[in-house]
Amino acid sequence: MNETIQLAHGAGGRMSAMLTEEILRPILGNPILDRMHDGAVLDIGGKIAFTTDSYVVAPRFFPGGSIGRIAVCGTVNDLAMTGAEAKYLSLSLILEEGFAVEELKRVLQDVREAADEAGVSIVTGDTKVVGHGACDGIYINTAGVGALIEGADVAPQNIRPGMDVVVSGFLGDHAATITASRHGLKLPEAIKSDAAPLNGLVKEMLRAVPEIACMRDPTRGGAAATLNELAAQSGTGILLEEELLPVRPEVEGVCELLGFEPLYLANEGKMIVFVSSEKTETLLTVMRAHPCGKEARRIGAVTDKAPGQVAMKTALGGIRIVDMPTGSLVPRIC
Amino acid sequence: MRLMEVCGTHTVSIFRAGLRQLLPAEVELVSGPGCPVCVTPDGYMDAAIVYSGMDDVIVATFGDMLKVPGSASSLAEAAAQGGDVRIVYSPLDALAMAKENPEKKIVFLAVGFETTAPTAAAALLTAERENVGNFFLLPAQKLVPPAIRALLADEDARIDGFLLPGHVAVVTGSNIFSFLAEEYHLPGVVTGFSPTELLRGIYRLVRQATAGDARIENEYRCVVRAEGNQAAQKVMHQVYETCAAEWRGLGAIPASGLRLRDAYRHFDFSEARPLDLPPVPPKKSGCRCGEVLRGKITPKECPLFEKICVPEHAAGPCMVSAEGVCAAWHKYGGGIFQYE
Repeated sequence: MNETIQLAHGAGGRMSAMLTEEILRPILGNPILDRMHDGAVLDIGGKIAFTTDSYVVAPRFFPGGSIGRIAVCGTVNDLAMTGAEAKYLSLSLILEEGFAVEELKRVLQDVREAADEAGVSIVTGDTKVVGHGACDGIYINTAGVGALIEGADVAPQNIRPGMDVVVSGFLGDHAATITASRHGLKLPEAIKSDAAPLNGLVKEMLRAVPEIACMRDPTRGGAAATLNELAAQSGTGILLEEELLPVRPEVEGVCELLGFEPLYLANEGKMIVFVSSEKTETLLTVMRAHPCGKEARRIGAVTDKAPGQVAMKTALGGIRIVDMPTGSLVPRIC
Repeated sequence: MRLMEVCGTHTVSIFRAGLRQLLPAEVELVSGPGCPVCVTPDGYMDAAIVYSGMDDVIVATFGDMLKVPGSASSLAEAAAQGGDVRIVYSPLDALAMAKENPEKKIVFLAVGFETTAPTAAAALLTAERENVGNFFLLPAQKLVPPAIRALLADEDARIDGFLLPGHVAVVTGSNIFSFLAEEYHLPGVVTGFSPTELLRGIYRLVRQATAGDARIENEYRCVVRAEGNQAAQKVMHQVYETCAAEWRGLGAIPASGLRLRDAYRHFDFSEARPLDLPPVPPKKSGCRCGEVLRGKITPKECPLFEKICVPEHAAGPCMVSAEGVCAAWHKYGGGIFQYE
């Protein structure tokens, strides 16, 4: 049957109830959600972290993930970067009239799988339907709360000269995959989005090295944007070494073809970590033991030179600026 | 010793590799006019903007044209106001778009140097063969050698050698640059885009210039031949003939542009649907892109650079495209970046 979403699915009546009872709850249900009250009542002790993010990615399904998967991973990871362990998420759907119910179910399945993988529950949510053409199929917003991990003190202000900069794995896989599929470029199957929940890895890292100064996931704008933000917020300089950057040759190839730089490509399952250099080896050992951190490595250091700026020592030995990305990525002419 | 890299991709590669910082003070690299987006004049953009607003027209373009200012607006602004502007990676994408949208006229903005002209010509020939009647070009392609001649006509050019554009030479062959050595007694080296290729190119130029030699060397032999890609040249010459062209910042240069030959003129949208646009008024912004493009000043010497002119709000064309000289200088720290 080719069922599609209709405006009545968002009108609050019988159709809305059907959408909730026949599609959403069977896939996402859990004891808290199943109470079906206006809001979820949660038991969280101590300090909590709270975040929200909206997801509008096109295409909706891509090698390694989907809008549903990143809607969970993105929010879980934002919490993890504050040193908190995500527990509960909300899920808001904005659906376009005419969107196929079958596709909605696939998205929700991915939400469920990612939530299970991350060990979080979807405990409340909302659905709106907008007219045909008013949105592109489906937009998702998730918000999440989590409890701060004991002893964690993760903030840009903790970054000091002399610290090492560590990345958890290959850069740019997600954006390279999405861009390639947008442009019909065929990539080898090994290249797929890195979308993954990082909360498990973060928990291991903080257990072994509670002194971690700062962590951030380099999503939109890539590592370049994240590092520039952190350099500005901490008032330190960050000096990367080009030869240490982990970039898959295939991703390098996509970049060369389309005129991008891997440092500016979004990631959905990577993090950049700042740690005192004497703890770097311990941290790397822990990270490499986790599936999300197998390729973890040091990529540079924090310096007291060029405060607020990110620079990179090139393979030839020159030092150049890595600036904040401007605008969106557009193809180049020659 | 002043060496000019003509090509915008070279400019960016040099910055990305941090090459300027490594060179001895005696070797200065100056950037030339080799970003086709930057040299596309206001009037052309104005026409593209008007076409994009027509109900039956889709303007297909390389992405870096979007932000290029016309006399009052840009394609990005036109698109935001409902104009139909779509980004393509190749003229062949535009041709496919024409087949998918038979009720629309697809106008491909044929901008670029010798690098992109053959594919536009090939797309046109395919359209003709397959009777695709709704595929058009808005031609503004340009040729690199006449621009180099125009630079050298200036008495204060003070250029001691040229790093020659590898991608252009793939099509034209390295021989096309022989006039540098023969007429101007200047050395030139065709180079690739990796840091080591660029470094080898610079080394060869310095060696020639020091010895007083003037030869055209090919440091990009893996893809560039002396006679170039003759199949590409043939297609190009079949479809195009040379004409005088307006270069933003440089002015009119004789025989530096390409226009469609009479037999293919009906593919030129400006002929198929002529516009009566008012002449572009001269701008008085103080922008010195013209001198930047000729290598006469560095972006830093322009009073607008990084003050009112930044990529998010470009006053001049060199700041618009990622491969524009000013945009590259801005992105990489305003020239020779000192880490301190």
